[in-house]
Amino acid sequence: MGWFLEHAWLIPVIPAVAFALIILFGKRMPRGGSEIGIASMLAALVLAAGAAYQWIDHVNASEGEEAHAVLTRWEWFRIGDLKVSIGAHIDGLAVVMLLLVAFISTLVQIYSTEYVRGDRRYTHFFASITLFSAGMLTMVLAPNMVQLLLGWEIMGLCSFLLIGHWWEERANSEAALKAFWTVRVGDMGLLVGIGMLLAIFHTLEIGEINEAAAAGDFDSKKLLMWAAVALFIACIGKSGQFPLHTWLPDAMAGPTPVSSLLHSSTMVVAGVFLVARLYPVFHIGLDMNIAGQHFNLIAVIGGITVLIAAGLAFVQNDIKKVLAYSTVSQLGYMMMGLGVGAWTAAVFHIFTHAFFKCALFLCAGSVAHTGSHHSFDMKKDMGGLRKKMPITFGVWIVSTVALCGIPFVSGFFSKDEIIDSAKHNDYKVFYIVGIVGAFMTTAYMTRATYLTFFGKSRGGAEHFEHELHHDHKESKDSPWQITVPLVILGVLALFSGYLNAAPFHWHWFEKWTESSIGLPLGEGSFAVPHPPEFSWAAAAPGLALVAAGFAISLLLCKAVFGSETSPLRGLTTRNPVLGAGHKFLVNKYYLDTLYEKIIVHGIAYPISKAAYWTNQHIIDGVVNGVGKGGRRTGDLVYKYIDQALVDGVVNGSGTTARGAGGALQPVQSGKVNMYGALLFGAAAVGGLVLVLVNT
Amino acid sequence: MLLASGVLATDIEVAQTVGFGIIAALMVAAALNVVLSKNVVHAALSLVMVMAGAAAQYLLLAAEFVAVTQVLVYIGAVMVLFLFGVMLTRAKLGKDTDLNNNKGWALGLPISVLLLGVMVYVLIDGFDDTRISGSGAGKIGSTANVLLSDRIFSSYALPFWALSFVLLAAVIGAIVLARKD
Amino acid sequence: MLINEFLVLGAVLFCIGVYGVIARKNAVLVLMSIELILNSVNINLLAFDRLHGSNDGAVFALYIIAVAAAEVGVGLAMVLLIFRNRKTISLDDLSEMKG
Repeated sequence: MGWFLEHAWLIPVIPAVAFALIILFGKRMPRGGSEIGIASMLAALVLAAGAAYQWIDHVNASEGEEAHAVLTRWEWFRIGDLKVSIGAHIDGLAVVMLLLVAFISTLVQIYSTEYVRGDRRYTHFFASITLFSAGMLTMVLAPNMVQLLLGWEIMGLCSFLLIGHWWEERANSEAALKAFWTVRVGDMGLLVGIGMLLAIFHTLEIGEINEAAAAGDFDSKKLLMWAAVALFIACIGKSGQFPLHTWLPDAMAGPTPVSSLLHSSTMVVAGVFLVARLYPVFHIGLDMNIAGQHFNLIAVIGGITVLIAAGLAFVQNDIKKVLAYSTVSQLGYMMMGLGVGAWTAAVFHIFTHAFFKCALFLCAGSVAHTGSHHSFDMKKDMGGLRKKMPITFGVWIVSTVALCGIPFVSGFFSKDEIIDSAKHNDYKVFYIVGIVGAFMTTAYMTRATYLTFFGKSRGGAEHFEHELHHDHKESKDSPWQITVPLVILGVLALFSGYLNAAPFHWHWFEKWTESSIGLPLGEGSFAVPHPPEFSWAAAAPGLALVAAGFAISLLLCKAVFGSETSPLRGLTTRNPVLGAGHKFLVNKYYLDTLYEKIIVHGIAYPISKAAYWTNQHIIDGVVNGVGKGGRRTGDLVYKYIDQALVDGVVNGSGTTARGAGGALQPVQSGKVNMYGALLFGAAAVGGLVLVLVNT
Repeated sequence: MLLASGVLATDIEVAQTVGFGIIAALMVAAALNVVLSKNVVHAALSLVMVMAGAAAQYLLLAAEFVAVTQVLVYIGAVMVLFLFGVMLTRAKLGKDTDLNNNKGWALGLPISVLLLGVMVYVLIDGFDDTRISGSGAGKIGSTANVLLSDRIFSSYALPFWALSFVLLAAVIGAIVLARKD
Repeated sequence: MLINEFLVLGAVLFCIGVYGVIARKNAVLVLMSIELILNSVNINLLAFDRLHGSNDGAVFALYIIAVAAAEVGVGLAMVLLIFRNRKTISLDDLSEMKG
């Protein structure tokens, strides 16, 4: 086995301890606590790398047989007969995620030391981001659903803290709340799903659940389906899948390193990770059979997300929002991959995507930090930065190429295998979705690249140009804390794909992780099909569309943004059809409107209105009515009886009845004692009535 | 009427009953002082006595852990809070005629007497001569506490967590409410 | 021992507490009366616990002690806040909720 594999539980513990240290002593440290955070992430990275190394040894040593997961567990608590453990469940998937999270977190923290330098909550920022990584690491290692839930919720909390880091601006705190609540909607699914898994399998241990599900050891497939649906709702919320993707772009309100961490290796990947972790449950449970057509629900949601998010990326002017929608779209690819049975390809896409998406976000941050005066608006404050920020530009281009899936760069190997598997496994529609998505990805990334780095400098970028002129410099890139992580990520964006390069028959990644699938490979009712053989002929249509996307988008960009007098400029404001489409996209398919105006107002508003109405009419009405009724009786008594009889004897009765009306007035005295008296008096009378009725 | 062993059991219970009677009388007297005293500090000290008496009753009921908790939490912590409350709100430390509502007794007395009547009637009706089995002595010991903690951390674990959350919320809430900005 | 000894003691303390809640004007004293009520409930719970021989009553008694501690903390914080704003804790003067 090996020391690192058996002590992997230390990996989340280190950042968690570091979080406490930063909170307690961070402000007194010379660098405000960031050194503790970075040191803890480096330690976690070393341990994760050791675990990865020993895991590869472990796989090689198991000689063709499935490599068993390494479990280290302690009893956490017990409810009746149910024992809930805490510890570490190490297998290929966990090792990949550990390495990824520790690595990206380290780089992002180094980057942050420059990016949020001088921030008033510098220490808190590092505390939250360290706890955030600890949460993700806890979740990734989880041997059972309860620990998974723990890590999942820690992440939810920290994402709230980090997105709302600059909460003084209202938009930011609202974005943080939106992220928190949207994910919370999904989390209800997770809770329900965990409960259902417990009911179906009588255990919460992930390994045992997977084994039982793969062996068909459950009573009702329908129940398993609903459990999988509930869990998948959680994944939809966390991973920003359609229709709960709306929180993700708003989450851009947080500092850029946060967006980068959230959108590459943590938070949003958690949902995909959950599907991959409990793959037998999802693969069997969500296998739908409608009208003789076998398909998996995950693929449907993933496919819809790919296209919807890619469409939205076209109309964004904020560079970070383009990247955010791109993330949503890529997460759609991962889900689609899991749905069509391409487990390895999907997990590999998590792996490669983390590097190039993290690099892209950090590039956007670098541009804003140095080149555009802290603005993310591509149309107003960017342009022509290519020669002025050469390192940032270089990394951006490499990462963009990787994202678009140009051959021999990392994104190609993972994305092409997902698309290829869709075709191979009889998901023809999703094959088309995949290549159309690739086309759209290329097109919007070309647009973003053109607006940011080419053409004329505008706004903030123009200002930057003047500064450079003033200093007699050709170029001025961001400081080393920013460029070093960028270059490292750029290199990985180029080469990480070669771990599983189908065209060269290199399948190391597949070999290391395939024991985590939990299902048999090959033919069979619940089996996962083998990945298809790679052929250039199969990849050709996708590549052609990518090339077409690049060419069309470049031509359009040149035509629209290249010259001031272009006839295409402002086309969406002149042409009603295009204008309507543009408006539809700018309003994000009106989903936010649907949620806020129709669902929230439609449900919450009538409830509060009904409650208010009840309060105003019924409760007040009863009290006032009794009072008024009494008073009116008094008036009537006074008018007819008193006036009619004109008798000194009944003179008092009018005032008595009037008093009855007045007597109910003290009910609403506003005095605590009086309310207490009413409460206990009512209890006493109620008790008395019960006693009398029962005897 | 009673068998020999029964006589023995009742003999032991006489001591307990006498003890119970004395403590109960003291508690009732102290409780009356809490609600009638004209001096806030005297009222608070009487409350200490009620709580100490309650702890003694818990011991009679063989719930020594609850009794210890009662002493620690109520007499140790809650009473200090009350005394601070009295001090910080600058209540008069001597006699104060302004503690009662003008007509509070006219409302309070009938309601509490009615409530007492109903409850005592129901109790006598329902538990006329139900006895608590044996003396508490056999149950006192470490096993009872082990059973209690097992109960708290197994079947009642969820309320335990909820409670810890309530305490957290109360701590934060009290700080937010009482701090000066 | 008769269980009624404990139950009636609880009932008596409860009613004394009720009287205090209704008749007292000082907010701190009202809180003290509420503590009386909670204590009487605890005596009841433990008596029933003893009657049934389970530990459930003791568990609830402990939880009630904890909740009562939280309640006193928040309650006194509110009293302090009221005192700071209005220089009085007489409940007669606090009648904004008057209908």
